Amino acid sequence: MSYEDWMVRILFVLVLPFIGIFLGLLYKGFDRKITAMMQARIGPPIRQPFRDVKKLFMKENIVPDHAVPWIFNAAPFFALLAPLVALVYLPLGPFEPVMEGYGDLILLLYLLAIPAVAMAVGGLASGSPYATVGAQRELVLMMSYEFPLAIAAVTIAWKYESFSLATISSTPIWGQVGAMGAFGLFLIVIGLFAVLPGELSKVPFDQAEAETELGGGLFVEYSGRNLGVFYLSEAVKMVVVGTLLIALLFPHNLSQWYSFGGPEFAGYVVLNVVADVLFFLLKLLIIIFVGVSVVRVAVARFQIDKASYFYWVPMTLLGLLGTVLVVLEGAI
Amino acid sequence: MSDKDTTYQVPIGPIHPALKEPFMINFRLDGETIVDAEAHPGMNHRGIEFMGMHRNPLKVIPLSERICGICSIVHQHMFTTAVEHAAGIEPTNRARYIRTIMAELERIHSHVLWAGVAAHEIGFDTHLHFTWKVREKVMDLLEYIAGNRVNYSMWTIGGVRRDITEKMYPKVNETLDYYESLYKKLEEIFLGDPSIRLRTKDIGILTEEEALRLCGVGPTVRASGVKKDVRIDQPYAAYGDLDLDYVIPSRYGYENTGDVFSKTLVRLKELVQSIDLIRQCVDQMPEGDIDSEPKKAVLLNKLKKADGEGIGRIEAPRGEAFHYARLKEGQEELDCWKIRASTYNNLTTYAPMFMGEQIADIPIIAACIDPCIGCMDRAEIVEINSGERYSYTHEELHVLSVEKTKKILEGSL
Repeated sequence: MSYEDWMVRILFVLVLPFIGIFLGLLYKGFDRKITAMMQARIGPPIRQPFRDVKKLFMKENIVPDHAVPWIFNAAPFFALLAPLVALVYLPLGPFEPVMEGYGDLILLLYLLAIPAVAMAVGGLASGSPYATVGAQRELVLMMSYEFPLAIAAVTIAWKYESFSLATISSTPIWGQVGAMGAFGLFLIVIGLFAVLPGELSKVPFDQAEAETELGGGLFVEYSGRNLGVFYLSEAVKMVVVGTLLIALLFPHNLSQWYSFGGPEFAGYVVLNVVADVLFFLLKLLIIIFVGVSVVRVAVARFQIDKASYFYWVPMTLLGLLGTVLVVLEGAI
Repeated sequence: MSDKDTTYQVPIGPIHPALKEPFMINFRLDGETIVDAEAHPGMNHRGIEFMGMHRNPLKVIPLSERICGICSIVHQHMFTTAVEHAAGIEPTNRARYIRTIMAELERIHSHVLWAGVAAHEIGFDTHLHFTWKVREKVMDLLEYIAGNRVNYSMWTIGGVRRDITEKMYPKVNETLDYYESLYKKLEEIFLGDPSIRLRTKDIGILTEEEALRLCGVGPTVRASGVKKDVRIDQPYAAYGDLDLDYVIPSRYGYENTGDVFSKTLVRLKELVQSIDLIRQCVDQMPEGDIDSEPKKAVLLNKLKKADGEGIGRIEAPRGEAFHYARLKEGQEELDCWKIRASTYNNLTTYAPMFMGEQIADIPIIAACIDPCIGCMDRAEIVEINSGERYSYTHEELHVLSVEKTKKILEGSL
């Protein structure tokens, strides 16, 4: 790799976190506004999450007496760092991932697990009984939704014979399977969409925070800057999970079907890139709308055992059935 | 497995999102399962009875409204009934009907509000927003009739202060029609929605036996199949003239399980019952005065001369509630005033409902009796010298009452 290549990569790595945070907060704003409209409320303006973060960062950071300070303070940063790192390995719209290798997908699954673990560790370190219960729930939930998520990832990787996201997203999977395989994939899509609210701790899988039960659960002792960092982490995670879903299942670009032509820059057609980026943002919005906003408006919070059961039995079976269909088709 | 105690304690309250008012329940948990629950009331005591005993009865009426934010009609109704009973004043016939209409309107408002709170407690905020939006309609009607959304100031001793005239009937009917058409949707949401059923079915079960033993009242025990309703058992206001029956789940083809689901069912069916009762009242409304003594100075003089004690017992939206008032001849202020709200009885039913359930069920079970701590907290024991707060146990209270009875018998009190 050339010297320029490395410089470009380093530049991207420096810029991407800001893009990730910006997009995360923006989509959080969309989610809140759309949810409010569906609940016949007016709702906050789109820029409300930005204001929230600003305010949280201005507030005093309180560490409770019973907490273990260094773990308590470190947890939010781990929770934010992991999804920011994950962003570097994800293809954003028409752009190839900044970093790539042989086991991207596996690395990503682990990076996605880190925020949940960091939240649980932070909650346990805060010394509050509510946070302790919340942490236990978060870990139980994580163990539950990882299963269908892993099944989906493995199935798709098996089809490509590669764990590299760049390979997977370069050709949409739907073109490589027949009718039976497509049905199998459809089941896997359902499984992945079920994982989405769990991964992002939204109703019906917000047991770890559960306002009415635990009064904030994990975050009950967090305030000021620490809470602000958790807030950012949650926002970035939403973008990361959404992008992962897009990369695995819907990596289509507008420029595949229609080219605007026009001037070129560094090997890219500028208008095409703009169109692709907008198309990507739209796809992300749709995924967040379907996977998060609609779901959290339409159902009540589950009890933790029922949430666990939901992931382990119906969703896992659905995922496995999908896998079997995809594999069988390959064998025939 | 070791024999080590793996349980831990989680306090819910005094301030907690699961409770809308200051109140505390100490839970002992094993993992997510509740093994013990202990209620600690006494955090919302405002000394209202004491304040009432330093005012004349007419001035106590607005004070009594402010015992509770939601059932303000209930308390003024009970208080005026108790004073009327003590002073031997009869409310006019028309006033009885207006009182009934207002009380039933308030029941609609209270039950719809409760449904929203229940939805919020299980994390279903969409229905919280929906039910609170549709509740505005009955609030508007109450404001149209009484001039106020929450504290209506309708009652006076011997009648009511505002009339419901012919001119108001269209608006009343319109609101009733609205709720009638809405009922189907509410039933669909609260009895049909799978995720709500998942959270309410077989949760917080109160058996008929326990309900009777613990003296619960209102929808809380009617859901268990206990036929208990002051409106029928001891009719007051205009209920004696109206046609109504106990709302218990078995009347509608459901089982009397006493879980949160049947409590929801009972409240929803009472909504229909209330609409029906108001229609009956409007049809049968007698002509006449709304107040038996419009001259308040005369009334106050009469109350000053009165000597005796009276009770007011009515079916609040939450269940039977009770006021006791004593008047002394020559004394303008009340001699004694005692309030017992429905939550006081229903609080004891928490114990069997909580046992063996999960943490996740705490908010909805806590809400299913529709607790009103502001109504209930009437006493708190504070040691004046040390500032220490404590509560009497059943045994201690028993000893105290035996001593008191002895003193009365000996004539030393």
